[in-house]
Amino acid sequence: MVTLTSYLILSAAMFIIGATGVLVRRNAIIVFMSIELMLNSVNLTLVAFSAFLGDSTGQALVFFVMTVAAAEAAVGLAIVIALFRRKQTVNLDEINILKW
Amino acid sequence: MTLESILFIVFAAVGLASALLLVTRRNPIISALYLILNFFALAGLYLTLHAQFIAVIQILVYAGAIMVLFVFVIMLLNLRDERSLREGLSWKKVFAAGVSFGLLMEVIYILMTSASGMTELLPAKATEIGTVEAIGSRLFTRFLFPFEVTSVLLTAAIVGAILLAKKKLD
Repeated sequence: MVTLTSYLILSAAMFIIGATGVLVRRNAIIVFMSIELMLNSVNLTLVAFSAFLGDSTGQALVFFVMTVAAAEAAVGLAIVIALFRRKQTVNLDEINILKW
Repeated sequence: MTLESILFIVFAAVGLASALLLVTRRNPIISALYLILNFFALAGLYLTLHAQFIAVIQILVYAGAIMVLFVFVIMLLNLRDERSLREGLSWKKVFAAGVSFGLLMEVIYILMTSASGMTELLPAKATEIGTVEAIGSRLFTRFLFPFEVTSVLLTAAIVGAILLAKKKLD
């Protein structure tokens, strides 16, 4: 029997894997992919609640999350390209010009 | 064991395995391919929840559009020397992984101990709300203003991305 809790635990596990990726990896592109993973796990939570509560609001919210994710990916990757052109690296430890 | 449970376990296993491989692989292109696999597993999970529209959009928008962007940028950057990005294991990373694992245990503990009153998925009702019609009517009535703001956000993102990636800023 698949319950709401099993979907929520799966989604939490995927979110934590994504968060670990953001904290541990230093390659900017992989950090971006980990952020996409976290957004997707939140989408799974929204769809699970929507299905179990019988309300389509959650699925409408997923639509907005996807739009924001697409905009974030486009702008983020443009930033990565601009940084790479300037510093010849995508290593986040070497990108520290805003560090005080 | 019902078909529903088997499908959930298969998709959950594929999703978790591909997520773990995504954050552990060194080559970004392999990570991108595992992320695509993860998106397909998620689309399958949405189908087990009777959310057909979201499942199709997941594949079209994420696996189709966003991942093409990622793969294209990886190709464009052309990181010649993969070794220059070698990431060692430091105490900071071990600490970060430990904190995340602790957070996961906390969330699971909270989810397991809190009594949830809605554990029954009603397939007829779920199928009804997962259709394009139901989501569309919700988007164009209650969420009409956010929906319109979304278009402004996308325009801003397009302009911003072009401006940032342009070679010279005049």
